[in-house]
Amino acid sequence: MASVTTDFVRPASGPRPSMPTVAFDLAVQPLRQLNCFLHRELPGGDLRVLVKNPDGAHSIAVGVNAPIDIEIEGHAGYYAAGMNQQASVTVHGNAGPAVAENMMSGRVHVKGFASVAAGASGQGGLLVIDGDASLRCGISMKGIDIVVAGDVGDFAAFMAQEGRLVICGDAGDALGDSLYEAVVYLRGACKSLGADAHEEPMSERDYAAVGELLAAAGFDHDPREFRRVASMRSLYHWNADANQEY
Amino acid sequence: MCGIVGLLVKNPALRDRLGELMLPILIGMTERGPESAGLAVFTEAVGEARRKFSVYSGTGIAPWADFAQAAMRELGADAAVSAHGNHAVLETAAAPVQVKAWLARNYPQYHLLSVGRSIDLYKDTGTPGEVAARYDFSRLQGSHVVGHTRMATETAVTPERAHPFTAGEDFCLVHNGSLSNPNSVRRKLEPLGIEFETDNDTEAACRFLEWRMREGDSLTTALEKGFDELDGFYTFLMGTQDELALVRDAFSCKPAIVAETDDYVAISSEFRSLAKLPGVKNAHIFEPKPEQIYLWRV
Repeated sequence: MASVTTDFVRPASGPRPSMPTVAFDLAVQPLRQLNCFLHRELPGGDLRVLVKNPDGAHSIAVGVNAPIDIEIEGHAGYYAAGMNQQASVTVHGNAGPAVAENMMSGRVHVKGFASVAAGASGQGGLLVIDGDASLRCGISMKGIDIVVAGDVGDFAAFMAQEGRLVICGDAGDALGDSLYEAVVYLRGACKSLGADAHEEPMSERDYAAVGELLAAAGFDHDPREFRRVASMRSLYHWNADANQEY
Repeated sequence: MCGIVGLLVKNPALRDRLGELMLPILIGMTERGPESAGLAVFTEAVGEARRKFSVYSGTGIAPWADFAQAAMRELGADAAVSAHGNHAVLETAAAPVQVKAWLARNYPQYHLLSVGRSIDLYKDTGTPGEVAARYDFSRLQGSHVVGHTRMATETAVTPERAHPFTAGEDFCLVHNGSLSNPNSVRRKLEPLGIEFETDNDTEAACRFLEWRMREGDSLTTALEKGFDELDGFYTFLMGTQDELALVRDAFSCKPAIVAETDDYVAISSEFRSLAKLPGVKNAHIFEPKPEQIYLWRV
């Protein structure tokens, strides 16, 4: 399910029109000017920051720590919205590798597809991907929630420690390999489960959690269509009798 | 890190502008590969009995007029040479084995970059911008181009270790990544009489695939065998006379992005170097999946 967003239409639920707005045009302004503004020069209060002509630049809106809205009006390169705290960042296009990596809180919404390692090592907040996510989505996640409308590539949630990964499409190979306490909710097919990952029965709490995450992401699937993938916890302890045959 | 760059124009009207359209994509990948750059351009094929030889003279001004006269004298009166700086394309009806022997005998300091009916190859050290200016890449015309910007991790920064690599005729390969078993591939090929020119890992992949095709495999079949034989990290982009092919290894650590319209297929390591391509806003943009073969025909 390859989704491509090339016309960047605002969602109906977007920021209020009256919100104060600052625009940066990366075709004429250096990226550093934008990131300096976001780090040091915010006026306080509600604010919407428009990033025009992002054209795949790296590190757009990294390290923001403020409850503002940031709209990236095109495709973003590596590390978009990395380390985000509090901000709501929307990429009206595709995102390059490691979008929202190490996010702490807030929300990052990719309207197109996301490249490898989306949400890597994220500690909090919500990452929503409307298209597909490539390999290693949610690798080493530590508390972030990720909702992917499309498919995810191989090694999704590899060594994921905490948080929830909701996959509305299919998963590739080695889903949840070496999982810790993060949980994967999968709606479609899975090519293969990774080491120590297995399917578990869904509880009412799981259905409620999936329902809440889908609602937060703006998707309307029935939570009853999802399955739970979690750790068997057999890799937690060294097994001297295994003769290194893992 | 390296940058890979490709452009195939589907609309024949754009063939005259191939170099001009490709240039911003190549320059846009300078940060990924500031040390060397190169490209193979596939032009309309010369006659069935004729071949083009891209020759690199090394540093300094090469006496191409003398070279052309010697070629006409010794390879046949219909030999033709077109030169740009320290690079020349020799076109002749003489057999490749004869031309190679003639070059080795008379111009041992020159490096033969490519042989074929369609391929012209340029590669050198310097930033992509410098190399492009040196050989006037914007003038290039043809159906497709395979380019590379290099940041060396495995072997020295020299013109012959820059990409693309070639083997056989009308075949080239560029690589972002590093192979972990180039030497075992090499030890497999050398006893078959396949000679290597550098210690570069990419050359092993290039020669392996060309060997398979010489043995009768299609490029697709050769690549399927390559998935089993070639170990390591790679995004490979390859060109033949009428094909452009792209593959990534199973782990896909090395990036690639494709933008396709009715007019062209453009490939780069990163979207940022495709951002200014005409019509890219309406292109179908996707990331190639691991171990899938993407092949476009002219």
